[in-house]
Amino acid sequence: MLPSIRGFVSSESNVAPAFGRLVRHPSARWGLGVIALLVLAASIGPFFSSYSCVEQLDIVNLKNAPPSWPHPFGTDQYSRDVLTRVLCGARVSLAVATLAVLLSMTLGTAYGLIAGFVGGRLDNAMMRILDGCLSIPRVLLLIAVLTLWERVPIGGLIVLLGATGWFGVSRLVRAETISAKQLDYVAAARAIGASDTRILWRHLLPNVISPVIVAATLAVGNVIALEAGLSYLGIGARAPTASWGSIFFDGVESGVAFFAGNWWVVLFPGIAIVVTVLAFNVLGDALRDVLDPRQLHLAQPWTDDKK
Amino acid sequence: MSLLSVHDLRTYFYTDNGLARAVDGVSFEIGAGETVGLVGESGCGKSVTALSLLRLVRPPGRIEPGSQIIFDGTDLATIDEKSMRALRGARISMVFQEPMTALNPVFTIGDQVAEVVRVHHAGSKREAWDRAVQMLETVGIPSPAQRAHEYPHQLSGGMRQRVVIAMALVMSPALVIADEPTTALDVTIQAQILELLRELQQRLGTSILLITHDLGVVAETVSRVIVMYGGEIVEEAPVRELFAQAHHPYTEGLLNAMPQVGHERERLATIPGTVPPPTSWPKGCRFHDRCPYAWDRCAAEHPPLYQIGTGHTSRCHLADEPQRRAEKHEPLVATLTGERSASR
Amino acid sequence: MRRLFVARLAQSLIVVLIVTTISFFVIRSAPGDPFSYDAPNVTPAIREHWRAQFGYDRPLPEQFARYVTSAAHGQLGYSFQLHEDVSTALAQAIPRTLLLTGVSLGLSFILGLVIGVAQAVRRGRWFDRLSSGVLMLLYSLPDFWGALMVLLVFAYWWPILPAGNIVDQVLHDYMSPWQAFIDRVRHLVLPVASLTLLTMAGISRYQRAAMLEVLPSDFIRTARAKGLPERQIIWRHAFRTALTPMVTMLGLLLPALLGGALFVEKVFSWPGMGWLAANAIAARDYDLVTAIVIVGSIMVVIGNVLADLLHVAIDPRIRE
Repeated sequence: MLPSIRGFVSSESNVAPAFGRLVRHPSARWGLGVIALLVLAASIGPFFSSYSCVEQLDIVNLKNAPPSWPHPFGTDQYSRDVLTRVLCGARVSLAVATLAVLLSMTLGTAYGLIAGFVGGRLDNAMMRILDGCLSIPRVLLLIAVLTLWERVPIGGLIVLLGATGWFGVSRLVRAETISAKQLDYVAAARAIGASDTRILWRHLLPNVISPVIVAATLAVGNVIALEAGLSYLGIGARAPTASWGSIFFDGVESGVAFFAGNWWVVLFPGIAIVVTVLAFNVLGDALRDVLDPRQLHLAQPWTDDKK
Repeated sequence: MSLLSVHDLRTYFYTDNGLARAVDGVSFEIGAGETVGLVGESGCGKSVTALSLLRLVRPPGRIEPGSQIIFDGTDLATIDEKSMRALRGARISMVFQEPMTALNPVFTIGDQVAEVVRVHHAGSKREAWDRAVQMLETVGIPSPAQRAHEYPHQLSGGMRQRVVIAMALVMSPALVIADEPTTALDVTIQAQILELLRELQQRLGTSILLITHDLGVVAETVSRVIVMYGGEIVEEAPVRELFAQAHHPYTEGLLNAMPQVGHERERLATIPGTVPPPTSWPKGCRFHDRCPYAWDRCAAEHPPLYQIGTGHTSRCHLADEPQRRAEKHEPLVATLTGERSASR
Repeated sequence: MRRLFVARLAQSLIVVLIVTTISFFVIRSAPGDPFSYDAPNVTPAIREHWRAQFGYDRPLPEQFARYVTSAAHGQLGYSFQLHEDVSTALAQAIPRTLLLTGVSLGLSFILGLVIGVAQAVRRGRWFDRLSSGVLMLLYSLPDFWGALMVLLVFAYWWPILPAGNIVDQVLHDYMSPWQAFIDRVRHLVLPVASLTLLTMAGISRYQRAAMLEVLPSDFIRTARAKGLPERQIIWRHAFRTALTPMVTMLGLLLPALLGGALFVEKVFSWPGMGWLAANAIAARDYDLVTAIVIVGSIMVVIGNVLADLLHVAIDPRIRE
């Protein structure tokens, strides 16, 4: 896999031509389509609803109403229209997930590049620490921190999600960096006097970016599900902000028997989440196939920090 | 009656890029106890021929109906899979090219050799193991009883190839197909392995089909040579005759391309151009664009196998018009690409 | 081989140390502490008094040292919510979580491996496509939602199995040993099913990929040339060799498994570690939560060591 002379000079990555292959990939189209629809629904959906995200309607008559024509997804225990909440929730869930993943990828890539590039004892130490971080179940740690934090601003939540999700990526990036580091063009760049940062930035980064893109796509789906789970436990997005998870929490009160009577509060947001996560997973898989499969055999399902 | 009789073997691959006629009408015979060499460069179809004999060709490839592979009276091209399996490893076996990857890394070498015996129900676990150890000794592995407990990664390339040969011979097959058995090995080890094959062949009376691209290997080991090009046989002759009096221009080219001690000052000869893709064989002679003797007949008319002498055939119109041999010129492909062939 | 084991053990101890340190510092650094909740008759002075009493006003490193020393003595703190020592509560809860995760892991592997192999062997055919689609769907389910749906369907709409808990709260003590055993099993079914469905999906995807990578190998071709029946080739040669990357994956999936178990426990009121953690939220049970994070992480580390040992046992290439 020796790069051409042109490649050596400009470190062309293989992302651009891969995009062409992506749109021709059958399942990728589906994934992209769903996500596009979702983004659309999230941004302008709520404008089409007659209710606001937090509006409490007729408290007596519309409390816990099953799906009906004016309320296709029913209402919850606070007499809010579930469909509207799902649309509003899309915004929050997507935004939170995207920002958190952006943070994770940045942290993870930086950590991995440094560890892989510098090598030696620093690398060893960094990897030990990483092993430790990877051993902590993400959900448990999040619960621990969020439990005690009384009023978590949404920004705090994003930072926390991001800060707990970078471990898997950094392993990937480190592995890629190590193999890329040994290729001839790095030695050549050194020979002409390029500084380490220059090599890192211009030569190594474009080539390790592919697995990161795949990991990022898969991670967005995971974080949406994770945030929903946290909200279900009561520690995610706080009322009255609607994220998909908090719809469960708000709508469900306590006791299983209660929610069984309100199945629409659980089913519809859940379907929204499943479809979204599925779309991101499908897209991520397609990206993996399309972006040089040789490079990506490291990016297997369980390294994208599910929990 | 010969041991193996192949008639009009055609193995085609139905790929997304079109129909690849990898083996396109190959016929030959191998007698009991004979060693035959099958020579040709990559892409000529020799490996696929070997795989076809053992019915190891996987989809999208298949052996076309009409092909006949008569082994000891049975047509291998048409028998059922179960019967074929009974033959594989027991009556016909194969030695592959890459010793580094031919062995399963998680089983001991003793296990893997014994497996052949057990699969063919030729012994209990104990008996199979003993036979395996014996075979390892026969192929020249030192301390076989201990080494049988070792794993492939603990052995060198040469040793591994010996193990592969042991696996191929443990059931005393009538025919062994060796597909480039020495290509991946060092030259010195190469010689050892070939010597081993020769020895075993003499001792056990096995027939060997030795497939290689290296004429040098062939010179030492076989009694008869078959040259393949473009999915077909282009020349067949007893080994001495082939080296002394090759007929087909391709064979000539191969012989010229062999580096020889004593001719150091001359440029190494090559055959200009490359093998055409099996999805689009040229209409006439498949070698005509690389041939220094070709004339218009060659591009238009596909040559049959002409009889040159006893046991010597050649698929070349020069057999019909031998005077054309004087009209040597630059091959067509060279005039197109500017490549030059420096001949001795 | 022994040297390898010892080295690995030492490595794990370091990791445990790192884990404990990170968990402790992260948790204690978060804004808020056990005493910062709003309550009508709690004045700031009382809060300060409590903080001093329990050592929350000391510098973090000192808190850490005290924590570690008392942990070494088995003293992990006190849970105000449960009115008992954290260690006692955990001692009861951990085996239950182990039961749940252990059974689920075992089932997931068996199902996942078999399906993965079946898919790889029938690549591209209807079985492969259909099951891949279904598995993809399962893989995309959020843990808690999957559990909720299972609960909804099998305990409410079609009530054939109990809705939660580990045993029948009312009748269990009055049952004969056999009935009691069946009771336990019945309560185990739904939580295990939920956790297994999710985990199995990932495992079979991975196994399918691993098999597809191994099947075209040279040594598989050799096995065919030896005349081995196809079934033996698939299971004795391909599967066995594809098992190696699977074992590596085992270590990676443990944290996710515990996370999933947490949600399943909460949904089914299965009184294990996860359930304790989920309930500790509302009660702001600091000590309990800290201990659970650390214990959970240690379980993962131990799991990883076991996975490594398994790896060495399976693959002779690593033994040197």
